[in-house]
Amino acid sequence: MATDTTLAGLDALELAPVPTGTGAGERARRLWAVLWPKLAAIALVWVVWELIHLTGWKHYVLPGPGVTLSNLWQQAQTGLLWHAVGDTLMRAVLGYAVALVIGVVVGLLVARVPPLRAAVGSLITGLQTLPSAAWIPFAIILFGLNTSTIIFIIVMAAAPAIANAVIAGVDYIPPLLLKSGKVMGLRGLSLTWHLIIPAALPTFMAGIKQAWAFTWHALLTAELLVLVTGVPSIGVLFEADQEQTDMPSTISIMIVIVVLGILVDALFVQANKAIRKRWGLT
Amino acid sequence: MSTTAITETATVTLAGVSKVYGRGGTAVQALDQVSLTAAPGEFTCLIGASGCGKSTLLSLVAGLDQPTSGNVTVGGRVALMFQEPGLFPWLTAAGNVELALRAHKVPRAERQARTRELLDAVQLGGFGRKRPHELSGGMRQRVALARALAQDADVLLMDEPFGALDAMTRDVLHDELDRVRMRVGKPLTVLFVTHNVREAVRLGDRVVLLSSRPGRVIEEYPVPIERPRRIDSGPVAELASTITDRLRAEVGRHGN
Repeated sequence: MATDTTLAGLDALELAPVPTGTGAGERARRLWAVLWPKLAAIALVWVVWELIHLTGWKHYVLPGPGVTLSNLWQQAQTGLLWHAVGDTLMRAVLGYAVALVIGVVVGLLVARVPPLRAAVGSLITGLQTLPSAAWIPFAIILFGLNTSTIIFIIVMAAAPAIANAVIAGVDYIPPLLLKSGKVMGLRGLSLTWHLIIPAALPTFMAGIKQAWAFTWHALLTAELLVLVTGVPSIGVLFEADQEQTDMPSTISIMIVIVVLGILVDALFVQANKAIRKRWGLT
Repeated sequence: MSTTAITETATVTLAGVSKVYGRGGTAVQALDQVSLTAAPGEFTCLIGASGCGKSTLLSLVAGLDQPTSGNVTVGGRVALMFQEPGLFPWLTAAGNVELALRAHKVPRAERQARTRELLDAVQLGGFGRKRPHELSGGMRQRVALARALAQDADVLLMDEPFGALDAMTRDVLHDELDRVRMRVGKPLTVLFVTHNVREAVRLGDRVVLLSSRPGRVIEEYPVPIERPRRIDSGPVAELASTITDRLRAEVGRHGN
């Protein structure tokens, strides 16, 4: 039939040709394009640091980059640093996971049940502005000086941010999608599962990255104030270095934290990219 | 005062339906005493200028909204299509169709075959695995049509479904809609809202002209033109110009 061929022709014309796969040379060039600004930034920091060091300002406590990095190299040879980093990361992941579960459930309930939103919507934002250090006395009295206290503080810091991310995600669902789902006959739980959650995901992803930052802040605050004996953590290392006025070690650990932050951020960026691509948002 | 499903000779009946949004001084009357029937299998086009309450009317028939007064009765299930396809971007074309089947409790074993059938019906058999953003506007609207058909509805409500498409794609989709309607085993009743008078005459068994602010039925035109029709054929153009004149007279009333 004439319509068939016209339609097939229109379809073929309207679909843009897919760009063909890129070769290894192209990939290397793109990697370099991403990499060189970062390397330049590191070099710039190094130079500024070195210059400050050369002026002799607080020279007896402020080490230069060379001394610090060789200290970092030495620490990396011993198991203690990695053990401490591992313990701290473990706590971060555990606390964040608990916060995710609580935050998602609370966020969905608050977003979908209007009286609940009226009741606790602003409370969630209020909790988010409460500095995590404010929870420490409460948590120590409740759990004592142990890991539970630290996890509790992380959850109190990250869960409100996650709940808010869910609420924002639900609020930004295009009304047309909601109408389509309703007309289609999606109701209740199947509406939540097949429409609300996937539609809220792109906005949600941006919010949970912020929640990870809250996790990390709360964790280090907690580790410095809640020293759990027998468990080496970044907080314990900091405490020991401070007692011995060991500035190169202190800065080394700060560098490790920054590097970890960058690596985790890269993970979030990748996840976000994958979702935005699948959702057709790029 | 509510949408109830009954089976009668008419598939859709609106009896003295009025709809007022808001109350007091800021109240807006969208529909005023609209009475309208659609026989089973009839293709009714609703046409009118801005503010004639066409979309409100469809929302009432779909049960998304309640009339302020009057009765809406629909004998059978209703599916609704909008100007934008409203596909779920995280699902493939086939996934979108399948979800509609799932929402209507079609057993898992049948879903895959039904999905393929429906995509074939809108000539997208080879595109089931594509995501909406990988398809053109016309193709997305066809997926939306397949999804609407998947709801196994007796009445298809279409709110300017081809309004955002270029003229050529629209023409082809008119033919497509005619054909898909014939392929469905039972008579599919269509209420089709449009701004485009020629489109209404090309597609409809009957064209209903609505006034604006508030929406009232001012005239009904049967379309006694043989099918298949072409939008640029003489008889279509002739009836379209008669209706356009009447529509312009109605719009002009608001200029004074």
